[in-house]
Amino acid sequence: MAKLPVSPEQLIADFGPHKNYPPREGFLGRDEPDEVVKTHCCFCGMQCGIKLLVKNNRVVGFDPWEEFPFNEGRLCPKGVQRYLQNNHPDRLLQPLERVEGAGFRPLAWDAALDRTVAEIKRIQAEHGPHAFAMLSGVSLTNEKSYLVGKFARLALKTRNLDYNGRLCMVSAGAGNKKAFGLDRASNTYADLAHAEVIMICGTNVSETFPTLTHWIWQARDNGAKLIVVDPRLTPIARTADLHLPIRPGRDSALYGAILHQLIKHDWLDHDFIAQHTSGFAEAAAAVKDYDLAWAERETGIDAAKIMRAAEMWGKAKTSFLLHARGIEHHTKGVENVVACINLVLATGRIGKPYCGYGTITGQGNGQGGREHGHKCDQLPGNRDIENPEHRAHIARVWNVPEPEIPRKGLTAYEIIEAIHRGEIRGLLSICFNPVVSLPNNNYVREAFEKLEHYTTIDFFLNETARHADIVLPGSLHEEEDGTVTTAEGRVVRIRRAVTPPGGARTDTEILLELARHLGAGDKFAFQSSEEIFTELRHASQGGTADYFGITYEKIEKNMGVFWPCPTLDHPGTPRLWEDRKFATPDGKAHFNAVSYRDPGEVTDAEYPVILTTGRVVSQYLSGTQTRRIGKLVDQYPEPLLEIHPSLAASLGINNRDLVRVVTRRGAAEFPAQIVETIRPDTVFIPYHWPGRKSANQLTSGHLDPISKIPEFKVCAARLEPLGRPEPAADARNAFASP
Amino acid sequence: MLNSQIKTDEEFFIDPQRCIGCRACEMACAECETNGQTSMIHVDYVDRYISTQTSVQVCMHCEDPACARVCPADAITKDEFGIVHTANTARCISCANCVLACPFGVPKKIEETQIMMKCNMCYDRTSAGKRPMCATVCPSGALWYGKREKITQMRPNSTPVNKFIFGEQIVRTKVNIMMPAGSTELRVD
Repeated sequence: MAKLPVSPEQLIADFGPHKNYPPREGFLGRDEPDEVVKTHCCFCGMQCGIKLLVKNNRVVGFDPWEEFPFNEGRLCPKGVQRYLQNNHPDRLLQPLERVEGAGFRPLAWDAALDRTVAEIKRIQAEHGPHAFAMLSGVSLTNEKSYLVGKFARLALKTRNLDYNGRLCMVSAGAGNKKAFGLDRASNTYADLAHAEVIMICGTNVSETFPTLTHWIWQARDNGAKLIVVDPRLTPIARTADLHLPIRPGRDSALYGAILHQLIKHDWLDHDFIAQHTSGFAEAAAAVKDYDLAWAERETGIDAAKIMRAAEMWGKAKTSFLLHARGIEHHTKGVENVVACINLVLATGRIGKPYCGYGTITGQGNGQGGREHGHKCDQLPGNRDIENPEHRAHIARVWNVPEPEIPRKGLTAYEIIEAIHRGEIRGLLSICFNPVVSLPNNNYVREAFEKLEHYTTIDFFLNETARHADIVLPGSLHEEEDGTVTTAEGRVVRIRRAVTPPGGARTDTEILLELARHLGAGDKFAFQSSEEIFTELRHASQGGTADYFGITYEKIEKNMGVFWPCPTLDHPGTPRLWEDRKFATPDGKAHFNAVSYRDPGEVTDAEYPVILTTGRVVSQYLSGTQTRRIGKLVDQYPEPLLEIHPSLAASLGINNRDLVRVVTRRGAAEFPAQIVETIRPDTVFIPYHWPGRKSANQLTSGHLDPISKIPEFKVCAARLEPLGRPEPAADARNAFASP
Repeated sequence: MLNSQIKTDEEFFIDPQRCIGCRACEMACAECETNGQTSMIHVDYVDRYISTQTSVQVCMHCEDPACARVCPADAITKDEFGIVHTANTARCISCANCVLACPFGVPKKIEETQIMMKCNMCYDRTSAGKRPMCATVCPSGALWYGKREKITQMRPNSTPVNKFIFGEQIVRTKVNIMMPAGSTELRVD
């Protein structure tokens, strides 16, 4: 029974979200901390360095860490306020069990673990090992990501383990593997400094990776021209040299059209193409008809602007291309990524100073977390779970017969579909809030209601955890040692600042204890995070993501080490491909032919408006943490419907009027924010909120055929003005959104 | 001496084009124990209907501060380093003359405590050799603190300007605005 035991309103009253503010005078002891801990922010892939001030085993404040090389003290508002997730009144302090009609009641750890394990054994005995699935997330450290992968395969013995990177990094990862044979940003951001042209494609850098803004401006100070491709005039697009306001879902048409112009004007590096790449002829043939007139029709961007972008990119001697979820959250996510990479390869501008390319990893450990085996198709070191040699290596490290390692399982959204079909009956989750973050989330919620058993490990009772039968109170970022890998591929140290409060335990302790209860304790005899990392190093050795030469000591000494780092005396690899030896089987970088096709859902007479979704600067992902921090909530308390004045006027919508947005999945009501900074054919809603305010009630579950990423960034919608203004958000506690 | 470590060759520079409106500065400023969770720096949309442009305002620390000149209680003083200090709480009578007089709209009257508060360029930090908190955390470089030679070398497309013309009045400030290269003054009216 994974239905809510009581109403959402009652659960919100008991477990939040409640807003946490510091006291006027600050937390006691901030002036004389017991300890100042140099660690990293718990949020995005930038992993900014930050110092946490600790007094009496509580985090009481922050200080900028000005020596850390990426951010030199710079932070975004989420980073400044991140310390307030500690000492939070909503914090889970003891295991809980669901009680129908009453909510949740505390129970002892042994009872909670025993009940979870009994349910795992019952479901697996009745329906087979794979009927019990696990979902994970990449806010977890490398150590925990590795541990989850090993736990699911050897303790749970299920093949159905996947993670929330399925909503984040998988299109970029698949595209990079196709083109380069390896999944990592090719350069550090230091290579932005003297790039002549920077093209940022589908990434709202200034709101989602604010501290990267400095690096882009530094390049502009040195003369770089900035091209921004985005349907909205975001803060970074506002001052760009060229803004291409693309119609959502048409990205590969734009990049195909630019490649067409590069070829037409011979803005190509023929030597590089001939010596170091394959597939150029096929890629060129695919775009031979993509002239400017066609491109303007498809993308909705003026032909002259597309030509200008092609010329700027084509004529430059150095360049850097960055993309993120804006091009990746599509049924063509992988195609969009390789279409961008084609532009990099055609001009040969990679593997050299100030010639860069990379996806901007979204989640805190979106990079490392996608390398060490908690993806359904992957083993540590970014190994393929179906590859016999890869399986044999991991079987040796884990000291198990190779057949004991399960095969490839279902991806995150497919797990939800399998629950609906009755194939998956039980679930364990950690660090994932799919009831908010997955598309078409009424369908996701219904799946959770069908589960026979659901145990979750979390530090707050988020919207998904409300469905749990057993809740195991886990640890915050600052409560365990470990490492994460930043968007640049830099492995950095996360330091434990405090221990979990009350009856909460570290995530690692909980997983190890569950493994022991499942009878697999001998494979999980780790005494520390560093011991897990040591095993991870060996497991990754010889894989594409090789961490063998990285140690805690080396990271601390160098303020981070870039993988691949195959030996202990290896300095790490900040810039990939300097030797032009790509990680593909033939050693060459691969062009990929991309023929444009429409998104999974296009507008029609019934649903005439394009809906796209994204983030705001003060919130992070599903809001489990940031919707509990008072000032971050107050900065942007509820989701608004961004709409262009011409579209608003055609429907008689005034600013702050409530508008019902209807798609084939559902309907939800949002106050209108009328702005000229969005395309007239497109509306935008940020997705951080649950319940009735959740944008993901509307988004589609169409998946990319390769990466299985959902198409969050485009669907067809109808707008129904309700003819009345919405009262101010603070009067309604809109952030909690039952 | 508390202020012995103030670096007299370091100045504050605001570059409005870089502001991304994230409010990290406001959040960080409010954390200061002397501010009691009230930010002394203010970020506002210029006109959200037409643009995502935001403006950020700190105390400009005028050479001849209007706030101090109009203060009937002599609560606002400028020190030998050019820092115009927030109201002396023992003297401030909360008349709001300074609020009305400041050409940049900086001082705020805090109704709850009946005291004027404004930015003192993080005197606690700058007097200990550190940068002001807002300029330390600003993720885009819209707020920057350091040597004039360094910023003019780093940002050749811009020139620091600290002369503002309001009608017939010229206001010179300790804090600089980064303007297009070659600019010498900002005429506000």
